[in-house]
Amino acid sequence: MSENFEKILYKYKKMVDQDFKNPSHHRVVIVGAGPVGLCAAIDLTLHGVKVTVIDESEKVSSGSRAICVSKRTLEISDRLGVGKKMLEKGVVWNLGKVLFENRKIYEFNLLPEEGHEYPAFINLQQYYVEEYLVERIRQLQGEGHPVEIRGKNKVQKVTAQKNQVLLDIETPDGIYSLSCDWLVACDGPRSTVRSSLGLDFEGQIFEDNFLIADVTMDVDFPTERRFWFDPSFNKGQSALLHKQPDGVWRIDLQLGWDIDKEEEKKKENVIPRLKAMLGEELNFNLEWVSIYTFQCMKMEKFKHGRILFAGDSAHQVSPFGARGANSGVQDADNLCWKLKLVLDGSSPESLLDTYNYERVMAADENILNSSRSTDFITPKSKASMRFRNAVLALSEKYEFARPLVNSGRLSTPTTYDGSMLNSSDHMNEPRRSRVGAPCPDLPLKDGFLLNKTGKGFCIFCFNTETKIDKGSFPVDVKIINIQEDSSNRDFIFDRFLGEYKEAIYLIRPDQHIAARWPFFDANSIKKAICTAMGN
Amino acid sequence: MRNIKLNANIKNCDDFYSKLLAAHDGLSDEESENFNSRLILILANHIGDERILEEAIEMAKEK
Repeated sequence: MSENFEKILYKYKKMVDQDFKNPSHHRVVIVGAGPVGLCAAIDLTLHGVKVTVIDESEKVSSGSRAICVSKRTLEISDRLGVGKKMLEKGVVWNLGKVLFENRKIYEFNLLPEEGHEYPAFINLQQYYVEEYLVERIRQLQGEGHPVEIRGKNKVQKVTAQKNQVLLDIETPDGIYSLSCDWLVACDGPRSTVRSSLGLDFEGQIFEDNFLIADVTMDVDFPTERRFWFDPSFNKGQSALLHKQPDGVWRIDLQLGWDIDKEEEKKKENVIPRLKAMLGEELNFNLEWVSIYTFQCMKMEKFKHGRILFAGDSAHQVSPFGARGANSGVQDADNLCWKLKLVLDGSSPESLLDTYNYERVMAADENILNSSRSTDFITPKSKASMRFRNAVLALSEKYEFARPLVNSGRLSTPTTYDGSMLNSSDHMNEPRRSRVGAPCPDLPLKDGFLLNKTGKGFCIFCFNTETKIDKGSFPVDVKIINIQEDSSNRDFIFDRFLGEYKEAIYLIRPDQHIAARWPFFDANSIKKAICTAMGN
Repeated sequence: MRNIKLNANIKNCDDFYSKLLAAHDGLSDEESENFNSRLILILANHIGDERILEEAIEMAKEK
């Protein structure tokens, strides 16, 4: 299995512009070919923007790394053309077991809500996600799109100029420079772009280390997530066992902040730890092992002139809740359509300030949630330890205490309350579909609602035959008429109508709700589109 | 204005008080603290109303 992450996906090739006297100019350069950078590259390419991706490596991510792919990430991937492939390969899981010391306290079923194309979560190794995204880029290249990925191109220096960014890049053939209108930095928590500009990560709350291992075993555990609080094999810390495709099991052992990383990583130290967890008699193969160190922090601003930060380069959280890569993909989803409108001159540059507002808000939400999980998992005082253990003890017998158990609040998309792209909400309910919220999915006769939106703005007309003159709109808008029928009536009322008989929803290209009305008014729609475009 | 009840609300308050003390009989300090933690969580869930819980926390901060 380990050959999966040794695969060379974007081999270094010398490009003609490396020999140019003056730096060649690119529209958009993305630094980092991880899940966030690749999603951004595909999204911009689908928008007709020429993109150049550069990465210091030539391979997919080493090891499984970010394995929990959330529904929202799958929906975004669907729009990009890889969602179904990810779902097909991924492991769908719903059952979770919570253990305290060594006994099972209770189990839960995620019981995903019906009427969505994608499940709440799948587990899929990051190297597969990256491989599928690169395959998709190859496919787009085959169709004539000018997107390129340059492997073994390592950013050395970034210089911000007034209306462009200059990059010095190190390659096996030496250093060359290129310039671009916009730079998207998706180069991870130790971002070279960030450090080259002297921008710092702020708001460090805590640091922790995890021993992360992929193992194959000759027994078949059920497809479930097991989470241990304070197990005998990892005293005072937590442990996680999770199933991945190809019969690979993922083990996360929390180590605490004060450890000797090199010692912990040694096989002679790792194997006994895993044996203590899995049982002495069990045969297993260690495929990959790593120490993951994180600090919970974020940049103060994700936009610095013509440089935009997305994913771990902008914010890092604890792994509890799968809020790292999933929120990074949502950064890209939020950014790309805005960048397209700005590049086209359809929107002012200030539209990108809303990227900063909305995604800083999401990062704050993720940091809050992951800090609370960490406080529960690793109590910092005697009193918090007592309450934590009281919650666990009570939850063994009484259901009421179970919601208090916090082994990670699983990633859900942020509602952009208060964004300047929002128009005022003309409906009192449903609350879940208020202005700023991600649009829920809905089953239709011929598929699902979210995969019909395409890449631009959309208007959903529920139970209303409205004649909309699209000619007066500042951009192309897709109109989707939805009539309730016996199979989706309940979903429509629960998710879109509430107390109303009909409704019109304006959906942004990233499938967030920009405005909604229980009546049709062409002028209001036109105004709301302008607002959502930052005009 | 507070929402939390400030009038005496337990009928046989002496009974309640002695039962509370009796529950701690023979417990070490550590066991008593753990008992109290469980009791707080059980009562908090029964109350449920977040305004009341917040007011109770604020009141308990007064020394």
